[in-house]
Amino acid sequence: MPQLNINGRSHDVDVEPDTPLLWVIREQVGLTGTKYGCGVAQCGSCSVHLNGDVVRSCSLPVSAIKASDRITTIEGLSKDSSHPVQRAWGAIDVPQCGYCQSGQIMAAAALLAKKPKPTDKDIDEAMSNICRCGTYHRIRAAVHIAAGNAKVGSADALTSDQQNV
Amino acid sequence: MKKTISGEMAKISRRKFLVVSAAAGGGMALGFNLPFGIGTAAAQSAAEAAEVNIWVVVKPDDTCLIRIARAEMGQGTLTGLAQLVAEELECDWKKVATEQITAGQNLSRKRAWGDMSTAGSRGIRMSHDYVRRGGAAARMMLMQAAANDWNVPVTDLQVANSVISHAGSGRSTTYGKVAAAAAKLTPPDPKGIKLKDTKNWKIAGKPLRRLDTANKLNGQKIYAIDLKMPGMLHATVKNCPVFGGKLTSFDDSKVKGMPGVKGVMKINDTTVAVVADTWWRAKKAMDALPIIWDEGPHAKVNSASIAEHLKSGLTSNDAFADIDTGDAPKAIAAAAKKIEAVYSVPFTSHTPMEPMNCTVKLLPDRADIWIPTQNAEASLAALSSSSGHPLEKCEVHVMDLGGGFGRRIGNQDVVRQGVAIAKAFPGVPVKLVWTREEDQAHDFYRPIAQCRLSAGVDEKGNLAGLHLRVSGQSINAFANPAAIKDGKDKRQLQGLWAEPHDAQIGYTHANLRTEYAMRNTHLPVGPWRGVNTNQNGIFLECFMDEVAKLANRDPLEFRRSLMSERPKHLAVLNAAAEKAGWGKPLPKGVYRGIAQFMGYASYSAAVAEVSVSPKGEVKVHRCVFALDCGNVVNPDQTASQIEGSVAYGMTTLHSEISVANGRVVETNFHNFRVMKIAEMPKVEVVLPLTHDFWGGVGEPTICVVVPAILNAIHAATGKPVRSLPLSKQGLTLV
Repeated sequence: MPQLNINGRSHDVDVEPDTPLLWVIREQVGLTGTKYGCGVAQCGSCSVHLNGDVVRSCSLPVSAIKASDRITTIEGLSKDSSHPVQRAWGAIDVPQCGYCQSGQIMAAAALLAKKPKPTDKDIDEAMSNICRCGTYHRIRAAVHIAAGNAKVGSADALTSDQQNV
Repeated sequence: MKKTISGEMAKISRRKFLVVSAAAGGGMALGFNLPFGIGTAAAQSAAEAAEVNIWVVVKPDDTCLIRIARAEMGQGTLTGLAQLVAEELECDWKKVATEQITAGQNLSRKRAWGDMSTAGSRGIRMSHDYVRRGGAAARMMLMQAAANDWNVPVTDLQVANSVISHAGSGRSTTYGKVAAAAAKLTPPDPKGIKLKDTKNWKIAGKPLRRLDTANKLNGQKIYAIDLKMPGMLHATVKNCPVFGGKLTSFDDSKVKGMPGVKGVMKINDTTVAVVADTWWRAKKAMDALPIIWDEGPHAKVNSASIAEHLKSGLTSNDAFADIDTGDAPKAIAAAAKKIEAVYSVPFTSHTPMEPMNCTVKLLPDRADIWIPTQNAEASLAALSSSSGHPLEKCEVHVMDLGGGFGRRIGNQDVVRQGVAIAKAFPGVPVKLVWTREEDQAHDFYRPIAQCRLSAGVDEKGNLAGLHLRVSGQSINAFANPAAIKDGKDKRQLQGLWAEPHDAQIGYTHANLRTEYAMRNTHLPVGPWRGVNTNQNGIFLECFMDEVAKLANRDPLEFRRSLMSERPKHLAVLNAAAEKAGWGKPLPKGVYRGIAQFMGYASYSAAVAEVSVSPKGEVKVHRCVFALDCGNVVNPDQTASQIEGSVAYGMTTLHSEISVANGRVVETNFHNFRVMKIAEMPKVEVVLPLTHDFWGGVGEPTICVVVPAILNAIHAATGKPVRSLPLSKQGLTLV
């Protein structure tokens, strides 16, 4: 029976070894913040951290995970939504439908852990998650805010004279 | 009455389900997470809150629960509607919460909340008046209750931020204290209520933060796909990959013994389902299930044969003319210079990030469904007809959608499938989730279309005539044939209509002819964000640039010369041009394109700045939009919708839905390429509002995104882009 360390807690899970980590997290452990979007590691909705690196859990069989591996899901990113990425996301209302945002936030958090001051090019390369609502404009702005590269309001699409109409 | 609604709902939730709130971050194994409305908010309402009217429930702690009837799928309508009610209610915005009503609640109260359908960018523009009257009526009742208590005329009272005060006596009270008494008063006649002038708005019209962001940041938001209930089973389906084909047989002996499998069943002529104790096990068994399909009469259809079929409509004599002013063909034939072009756009898919899903529970005397739906009442009707239970014994629990874009409006295919599966498991909640592959293969696609356009210009470079013929698939013919009057399907000419107010063509001319020839295919089609304004915007606006070039005129100036009778269209065009700096120098290699179009009662224009490398790499640097939607409830969310329309529109530069052997080729994101952050341009928005009408926001701007970009590519390369995706022209979006 595989043992998984998720968000600092140990879980014994009873599943077939080829079960993707995503479905173990969602259906066995019961954490549903990590989403199914494509099942083929294309969209990134299922992004979690494995020992600090962002991975696409829909295509990672649970058999590839060791008991010593540290898995962090969106629920474990911070206790109270206080991670700089979560705060930046909230400050400028990045999410629309929100479905892909757990994955977007996990990808951004992993990027900032490695590159605290990312350039636009860094963001383009690291943030390959799909959002159909099209929140990319604000995701870019929020990553810069979380990195301390920009302030809230500086990247608004609305020109300042349009803020009160 | 007031208590029954919430009381009834509370009873349902307590009796039928063990409601345990999802533990934050704790890994609460196999917990149950029925989220809102069904249990929590409604139950609290019953316990202590007072329903002042259908829109406003006030708790003793002054929390104002504002009821929302439209679906929230990311477009921000929930926050916008709450702003409108709160503006008239004069409540403390910091203490506003919202509560989604269900289709059953609306039905049981004779549709007191009106239309629940959330499509056609109508969430706010079609309900702003009655929700504001609802807020105002509640305010009047709360103030009257205070006046009665103090025995003073209500006209002597003031109100602000949920506090009612009487200057004469220095007394004050709060909404929470008088709500119970207010709820017993006779409501004022809504028609007699004078609403605030929008100039005096304090909550509406402001770029307030959304009310529904917090739990989208920490994984706590429960979408329908996330629901957990005691004893729940999980299902997935496979439909005949060829539209019009049927299920012949399957060999369930191969999968019945697989772990967790509870059932394999034919649920209708074209669909097989697998049910298991977890979704992953159901999916794995489905992948292993041998299925034989009768592929039916369309198994040899492909994109090339569909294109030929549409091409026949470009010159056939079965088209109808909508606008037919003067004699466009004759004027063009006699013109000094002429141009003709054929444009084409492919099918495309909605592909919302949350796959199609629903949870159904059937009891002997009742049916419940939890579903992300854009039309809860259509879901209710489908639940009733497919379950056999009368409407009043059915309930649709509307879950916030993980994307909609038109996919979850009219076609309640998922409801009927979910019910068919749940019938095999009475009393057990069954959650049906489609794979992404199933979603791509069985969408209701944006219609395919071609367009032949011809125009002439005189010696002075003025337009002599314009003739436009659309040939393509009809949404109405597939989904709503009754809407086609006298064989004339005007809907496919959306955005090209002569009539004002909704989707009017932006140009007038003495010789103008618009036509549509219906050419249907075997693919199901439906509304896709912006619907027919998408392709019609490309056809007209890209061709306008071709004609302007023939006339040797600037594209902006040429358009202006045809817009003197369309002041609102012209104003947004000018606003976009001005903001973008039209005519001013650009960095080397960067070119501009412009477009304007109308849809959903709003006027849109865009300017795109694009460069094209020698290898054909297209980079969109900047898009500037002007939108006149009359009034704006939340300018920041309006900007957000415009930003989103850029990404949704630009994906059609990358990808198409093509057909081979009767079925869809693009099965997942590896071959249906979706726009990502690296391709996202800088977006700027101006809102030149005229305040004399209410237009939509979610859809209107998408129809100018692509033509503005294509016109910029044309400017950069000297070659018009007449068909999509860009790969057909040897171009790639980077």
